[in-house]
Amino acid sequence: MTESHAVEMTAESVWGGGVSPFGVSWRKLMMWIFIITDGLLFAGLLAGYGFLRLASPRWPDQAEVFYIPFIAFMTFVLITSSATMGTAVGAARHGDRRWIVRGLALTILGGLTFLGCQAYEWTHLIHEGARLYTNPWGVPHFTACFFVLTGFHGSHVLSGVIILTVTLIRTLLGKATPEGVEIAGLYWHFVDLVWVFIFTLFYLL
Amino acid sequence: MHHGHEGNHEAPQSFLRRYIFSLDHKVIGIQYYLTALFMMLVAGLLAMLIRIQLAWPQAAQPWLHKILPGLYDPNGIMRPEYYPMLFTMHGTLMVFFVMSTAPVSGFGNFLIPLQIGARDMAFPFLNMMSYWTFFVGCLVMLASFFVAGGAAAAGWTAYPPLSALREAIPGSQWGQTLWIVGMVFFIASFTMGGLNFVTTILNLRTRGMSMFRLPLTIWAMFCVAVLGLLSFPALTAGAIMLLFDRHFGTSFFVPSGIVIADKLTSHQGGSPLLWQHLFWFLGHPEVYILMLPAMGFASDIISVFARKPIFSYRAMVYAILAISTLSFLVWGHHMFVSGMSPYLGMAFAIFTLLIAVPSAVKVFNWLATLWRAKIHFTTPMLFALGIVSLFISGGLSGIWLGQAPIDIQVHDTYFVVAHFHLIMAGAALFGVFAATYYWFPKMFGRMMNETLGKLHFWLTFVTYYLTFFPMHFLGLRGMMRRIYDPTQYDLFKPLQPINELISISAFVLGAAQLIFVFNFVWSIFRGKKADRNPWRANTLEWTTESPAPHGNWRGPLPVVYRGPYEYSVPGAVEDYIPQHVAPAEVKTVGTR
Repeated sequence: MTESHAVEMTAESVWGGGVSPFGVSWRKLMMWIFIITDGLLFAGLLAGYGFLRLASPRWPDQAEVFYIPFIAFMTFVLITSSATMGTAVGAARHGDRRWIVRGLALTILGGLTFLGCQAYEWTHLIHEGARLYTNPWGVPHFTACFFVLTGFHGSHVLSGVIILTVTLIRTLLGKATPEGVEIAGLYWHFVDLVWVFIFTLFYLL
Repeated sequence: MHHGHEGNHEAPQSFLRRYIFSLDHKVIGIQYYLTALFMMLVAGLLAMLIRIQLAWPQAAQPWLHKILPGLYDPNGIMRPEYYPMLFTMHGTLMVFFVMSTAPVSGFGNFLIPLQIGARDMAFPFLNMMSYWTFFVGCLVMLASFFVAGGAAAAGWTAYPPLSALREAIPGSQWGQTLWIVGMVFFIASFTMGGLNFVTTILNLRTRGMSMFRLPLTIWAMFCVAVLGLLSFPALTAGAIMLLFDRHFGTSFFVPSGIVIADKLTSHQGGSPLLWQHLFWFLGHPEVYILMLPAMGFASDIISVFARKPIFSYRAMVYAILAISTLSFLVWGHHMFVSGMSPYLGMAFAIFTLLIAVPSAVKVFNWLATLWRAKIHFTTPMLFALGIVSLFISGGLSGIWLGQAPIDIQVHDTYFVVAHFHLIMAGAALFGVFAATYYWFPKMFGRMMNETLGKLHFWLTFVTYYLTFFPMHFLGLRGMMRRIYDPTQYDLFKPLQPINELISISAFVLGAAQLIFVFNFVWSIFRGKKADRNPWRANTLEWTTESPAPHGNWRGPLPVVYRGPYEYSVPGAVEDYIPQHVAPAEVKTVGTR
């Protein structure tokens, strides 16, 4: 806080004004709240998918459409990138610039690998005749939901990669703060977590 | 983002940075407010056209053909396919671009830092972005009147398949697409604003301003921001799917077998009900986004002019929280006729009726505050009492409509139109006026004219009831909403005098707003100069100059020692003790 005063951190006084009740800056708090609202957007899309799938008399067998080990590899890459992101955040806390740069670079690499895999998967399916409104496996909703869900998630991964790249450049220029790295990390973990839900609910179930 | 200064930005010098691309929450609040008033003018004029049509459906209006040749044929009869655009855009603009904007984004931005003792919102740049995103949304909505086929015409709820099939109606061509795009801009703007509201209220309260010392207006703004952040994503998801249905051939919301102009559409297997669930998951919290700020304004203003503490402050806070929570569990009461299981309908009905409990707590606390008070009947107080009146009148029919058996009977009739215009639209409108008359001195440093204000109030209050109350009777007699010409049914012909009465009242109601516009503009330049605290009120915004300077307080921020409603404290010399007065500084009768 700009006008910070020494206030004892008792349960009474943390909500008493003049300090952040959660002991976090407004920036981090804002990112947390944004993650909740953006998470609900995916919840809305996933609920729509669930609604339509339950209303469909049939649903294609995912194992016939997708090569699940490949999707599992994508998932593995994305989760690993969360770990490298954690490395960068930890390094930022200790002021270890070399490891911030390494951690961020590896995370960006993971994100790009994921996007590359997704581009390959989309191309492959489109070659097989999958469109938003039709597909060879029978239920048009199947591909409509697939492209909207994975496309929307992919655009989030892309924006995450851009945010991380900006953070990397700022680190190299010596402008990034430990908190800035951490906030970028929060967003990245969120994007990864969303994928876990999509992977489970769309590919596996 | 990483080098913000907690709202402590420098005062801008150039005109452009000061009034147009301003970072100052007060300027942004006023920008929002004025833009919303302009949208209110547009949406209000649409309502006037609706009322001309409903009172005299077959009468030729050649003068209207001269003004609006697209809308009226050369004989002066309204073209039927354009009528739905009028009520669609009236509803959309009023609900989102006026009544969600003026009280929340307008007064919320203006008041939050001033009432919690902060220099500005947490993230001023995001705040500016939020306004300009909203502004683009307004332009997109207004542009939709001028595209091929005209504006959206599927109702403010945009139910598919009408809204999902571009060939369904003229308004479903480009108008509906622009409607979706405009809404996405609106939601993005509201999200940015909401992020700022929540973080600012949680993190930037001044020393001593605990959560239970916040004015009820701030509690309302806090809950409104949370409601928006949690409910709008559902509509965003729906809007994305609707856009895909319209332009990329998917069938999320379009069922199989729809035939348009003897042609079978290629869509298959979608569900219009999915849209209704997504829309109303937003739609019901949305009506509280309109209502809660008005409740906050009413609480603050009634306490000031009754010169009494608000009755049971904590119960008022818990009531706001209860209403906000319950608002997420009742969306199904808009869908009783959709064929839902009666057991599910019963659950939605029970939650809906439960909302009556915290609502009644609020009403009785307002009445208890007024009980045996020496009431000062100023214009803001009159409008605040108007909020209470409309909230009761509209709330009573809400108890009817919340129950499936009655709702199924009167669904989509004018009974529903009467209900939501009284409670949601009316209370929100009166809230905007109450807040305007009350905070005008802090916004512009001058008082509004009281005589004109009272004239405005009485004309608005009486004609508002005359316009919307008779609609209950139309609805109970079966007259459906969204109907172009009620006289085409013999059974509605005897109701025409009521429709004429409603229309004449509506025209007077519309004209009465010109008094407000005149008073507003005149008072900015010629009003009586206001001192810091013209109403002798307790909250922090009255401790700084009128209008407040950049950074809100010269010198250090005020420190808070007490709640916002300490009026007529026994033993004190003054009948009010502002929040920043330390216990030792209170003048008591003994120490005089």
